[in-house]
Amino acid sequence: MVDTAAPDTAAPDTADSDSADSDSADSSGSFSRYAHPERLVSTQWLAEQIEAGAVGGPDGIVVLESDEDVLLYDTGHIPGSLKLDWHQDLNDPVVRDYVDAQQFAAVMSARGVGRDTTVVLYGDKNNWWAAYALWVMSLFGHEDVRLLDGGRAKWAAEGRELTREVPAVPTLAGDAAYPVVERDDAPIRAFKEDVLAHLGGPLVDVRSPGEYSGELLHMPDYPQEGAMRGGHIPGAKSVPWARAANEDGTFRSREDLEAIYLQEQGLSPADPTIAYCRIGERSSHTWFVLTHLLGFDDVRNYDGSWTEWGNSVRVPVEQGAPA
Amino acid sequence: MQEIADDFADLLAPQRLELLLEFSEGLPELPERYAGRLGEMEQVHECQSPIFLAVEVDDEPADDPGERAVHLFFSAPQEAPTTRGFAGILSEGLDGLTAAQVLAVPEDAPYRFSLGEAVSPLRLRGMVGMLSRIKRQVALRTRS
Repeated sequence: MVDTAAPDTAAPDTADSDSADSDSADSSGSFSRYAHPERLVSTQWLAEQIEAGAVGGPDGIVVLESDEDVLLYDTGHIPGSLKLDWHQDLNDPVVRDYVDAQQFAAVMSARGVGRDTTVVLYGDKNNWWAAYALWVMSLFGHEDVRLLDGGRAKWAAEGRELTREVPAVPTLAGDAAYPVVERDDAPIRAFKEDVLAHLGGPLVDVRSPGEYSGELLHMPDYPQEGAMRGGHIPGAKSVPWARAANEDGTFRSREDLEAIYLQEQGLSPADPTIAYCRIGERSSHTWFVLTHLLGFDDVRNYDGSWTEWGNSVRVPVEQGAPA
Repeated sequence: MQEIADDFADLLAPQRLELLLEFSEGLPELPERYAGRLGEMEQVHECQSPIFLAVEVDDEPADDPGERAVHLFFSAPQEAPTTRGFAGILSEGLDGLTAAQVLAVPEDAPYRFSLGEAVSPLRLRGMVGMLSRIKRQVALRTRS
C-alpha cells in the first residue's frame, strides 16, 4: 500500500508512454509514470470493474488467476475470475515447451477470451506465475493483457471478496473463437544458443544471491536439486526479482526501478538484454519490469534458465558473489 | 493409505483436485502445545511452502515398540492448499497406525494417488519428503 511514486506535480517530461489510451485503462496516478502503464491495473480499479459489471459477459474483461499452487483458485478467488492452470493449460505435456497455437486458442476460447479481449492476470507468490502467463500470452501476440498490481495477496489483504463460485463461461466458437496464431518466440524468448551468442551483452540473473554465487542450487528453503553445477552465466548482473517489489507485492515506482536497474546496475533501455532465473517464472516478473515498466526495447526471457544452463555440458559458468 | 489411493483412482482429474481440497480443509488444527513452537517441529524442505511436522509415538506397549501408535501434527499455511492437502492425506492415512505399519508404507506411496497429472510429479516430491521424514522420526522414536 506504500505508494512511492512522486506526486503528479513532479511528473517527468521524459514520459515515453505509448500506452493504448483505452477507455478501460486504469488511470491510477501512480501507474502513469511507467513506460506502459496500461499493462497494470490496481485492486481498486478491478473492484470497480467488477462492481460495474464489466468483468465477464459479452465483450467484458476476463480475469484469470494463475498460481504456483494449483488448488489455490479453488479455495476462493476474485469474483468472476477463471483459473488458468499453468501446468496443464500453458505447458506442453511432453516436450519442455509451451502449448502450440491450437492448444492455446482452445485454452483461451474456453475462458471466453477472444483476440481483442482485455485480460487481467493475477496470482500467488508475488504474481510470478501470473507474469509468466502474461509473457506466454505475449509470445502469442495477445495485445491487451495486464497484471493486477500486488496480485492475489494484496486483494486478500485488503479484505476484498473471494468466492468459490466458478463462473459458467460458454466456449467461444466460430468467428468469435480465439484465432490459431502461431507463437513468435524470437522477440521475447531466448534459447540457450541465443544466450551463448549474447555472452558479453547485458544479462540479468534474478535469483537469490546464494543461487547466483553458486552456493545454492535452488531458492533458499527449497530443495537443493535440479542442476549439476551452481553459479551464474558469465557477466550476468545479480538483481534478485524481489528488489522490484514493495512489501505488499506491488511494483516499486519508476524512479526506484531506474535507480536499481539503470543507475546501480548500469543497464540501458536501448541494449538487448536477457533475464533468467531457475525455470523462467521469476525472470518473467523482471522481464515485465524491464519491458513494460521501464520501457526497455529488447528484453528476452531465457526460460530454460538455470535448470538448463546448470546442466549443460561445457557452457561457461562463473561462481562467486556479485562484484 | 491404500483406501485413499483407491478413492483418488476412482475419480477423474478435476474431481481429484476437489478431493485433495477436501483433505486440505480436513487437516486438523495444530494442538495448543505446538502453538508458537514451529522451531521445535521439523520443516519439510522438499515442499515449496513452509510446512512443519511433529511426530509423536506412544510409550506403550513398553515391550513392543512396533505396536506403539503414531500421532502426526502438521502446520502449513492456508495459502498453500496443495501442500495442506498432502499433509491431510498423510494425517488421515497414517495417524493412529502402529509404528510398524507406518514404517511399512512404501516410499513411493505419494505417486500412487493418481495426482501426477493434476498436480505435477515435481510437487509430489514434496509429499515424498513429508513421508520419508515421518518414517525417519518414527524409526528414531521406536529404536530399542
